[in-house]
Amino acid sequence: MAGSDAAMTMPGAALPSGADPAARYRRREQALMLLLASPAFLIILGLLLVPLGWLVWQSFQADGFTLQHYRRILAEPVYWNTFATTFRISGIVTLAALLLGYPLAYAAASAPPRRALVILALVIVPFWTSVLVRAYAWLILLQRSGLINSLLEGLGLSEQPLALVHNELGTIIATLHILLPFMVLPLYATMQKIPGDLLQAGASLGGRPLHVFWRVFLPLSLPGVLAGLTLVFVLCLGFYITPELMGGGRTIMVSMLVSRNVELYSQWGAASAVSVVLLLCVGLIFLAVGRLVPIERIVGTQ
Amino acid sequence: MTDPCPLWRPAWSRWLLGLYVAAVLAFLILPILIVLPMSFSDSRFLTFPPPGWSLRWYEEFFASRSWMQAARTSLGVALLATLLATPLGIAAAYALHNTSSRLLRGLRFVFLLPLMVPIIIVAVGVFFVYAKVGLLASIPGLVLADTMLGLPYVMTAVAAGLQGFDQTQELVARSLGMNRLRAFLSVTLPQIRPSVVSGAIFVFIAALDETIVALFISGGANQTLTKKMFTVLRDEIDPTIAAISTLLTAASFALILLLALSRRRPRG
Repeated sequence: MAGSDAAMTMPGAALPSGADPAARYRRREQALMLLLASPAFLIILGLLLVPLGWLVWQSFQADGFTLQHYRRILAEPVYWNTFATTFRISGIVTLAALLLGYPLAYAAASAPPRRALVILALVIVPFWTSVLVRAYAWLILLQRSGLINSLLEGLGLSEQPLALVHNELGTIIATLHILLPFMVLPLYATMQKIPGDLLQAGASLGGRPLHVFWRVFLPLSLPGVLAGLTLVFVLCLGFYITPELMGGGRTIMVSMLVSRNVELYSQWGAASAVSVVLLLCVGLIFLAVGRLVPIERIVGTQ
Repeated sequence: MTDPCPLWRPAWSRWLLGLYVAAVLAFLILPILIVLPMSFSDSRFLTFPPPGWSLRWYEEFFASRSWMQAARTSLGVALLATLLATPLGIAAAYALHNTSSRLLRGLRFVFLLPLMVPIIIVAVGVFFVYAKVGLLASIPGLVLADTMLGLPYVMTAVAAGLQGFDQTQELVARSLGMNRLRAFLSVTLPQIRPSVVSGAIFVFIAALDETIVALFISGGANQTLTKKMFTVLRDEIDPTIAAISTLLTAASFALILLLALSRRRPRG
């Protein structure tokens, strides 16, 4: 009797003193996990969050609080044009990447395993080749006396060498080449999971191939399309190396505006304000798309 | 989608798709291959095909003190960043996987930020911080920056590995008397090794190729290979770059091959 009484009162008596071993274990566990994550977090805090906070603060500063840097972005056509150029190039590259990438991902997803592996390998090798190497390759190919121009002349398609590089066209070609894998990989990941049974079901119900594609396959692949579009567009908005090397100083993108304001003019306020606007654009895009597709799935492809 | 689809049954449309895909693949791969013959050219001019063959651009690279120094900086920094980012990334991914805390789950998003923020903004921000604390043009500064940029690669790879791992095995090892660290090292880690290896290789390649942040924060004796390449490329098309490009591509390729092999081994 006495023993069972003690057993009944024990839990109640133990809780107020905070000695419940399970709760204590959980707290210790939480503390340990926090500790394990903290070095990585501190690095990101110090090298990313603090600088971002500082950029925001700096963008409102010029001997005290001011909106002049933002006002300049609105007022000066150079800034406007740069943002317009950047969005135009990003739009063109993103659409082109979808047009080139969708059939490629489709072919990889529907091919027998070995051929799919070959296609993927051919996508991944450029993916892991230095951006500089690829920019250099395009400089060789597209220059006035380059391979493309001599080929066109040899075939009698053009009389004079075409200006393929040191302009917007060169920038777009090289950027597309660099970003295409970022379109193909999320597309492939999504298409691969579409059950072939569904397509057969569609066909067996009398759907013509194009109809089945349009009504079954395409809608199911849309999350991948969205992930690819977002990734390519956002990466392109912040692209720096290719426009700098391929643009010939005439194609100015937002990133170059930032770097020039810092390196040439030491205009921290202007550079910060441009950065904040770019960051807002990227943030809004992620926020909007994040409602439809988890962000981890979008950026995880990198 | 294993079944060769019924969608493109008519032979001509399949043929058309095949042709289109081949063209896109050529667009992806040919520009990278073109660098290879260029690097063995004996001419200063980039005519294709090269008028003759030589190793002069490789000699130029290996004989140049400044190129060699830049290469050493890049390799050292990439190696150190990999050694730093890998354990820190594993620890953080493990913590995020095992926690029930709201705070830590909220942080998940923060760990993806290095992949989301445009790299030019990262570069400017890091440049400012380093200018304040005196880390500009230093090896530790470069290592830390590449570690930060590499963390998401390790974390996403390890998180995927932990997802496929049955956590109770580690609990069993601990209930049999191992302490937590030993249980992790001898039970969990070997089973998620392929993810760890691929994460580490990604960090290494990314650090080796990183250009934009290095443009801002590296310099002097601690200039990276990529920064030097970029500065040279801005002025002229120097064939030495073709030799370096070939070496860099070969390195990336070898690492990817290593990765593919390390993934295959556990199965047989």
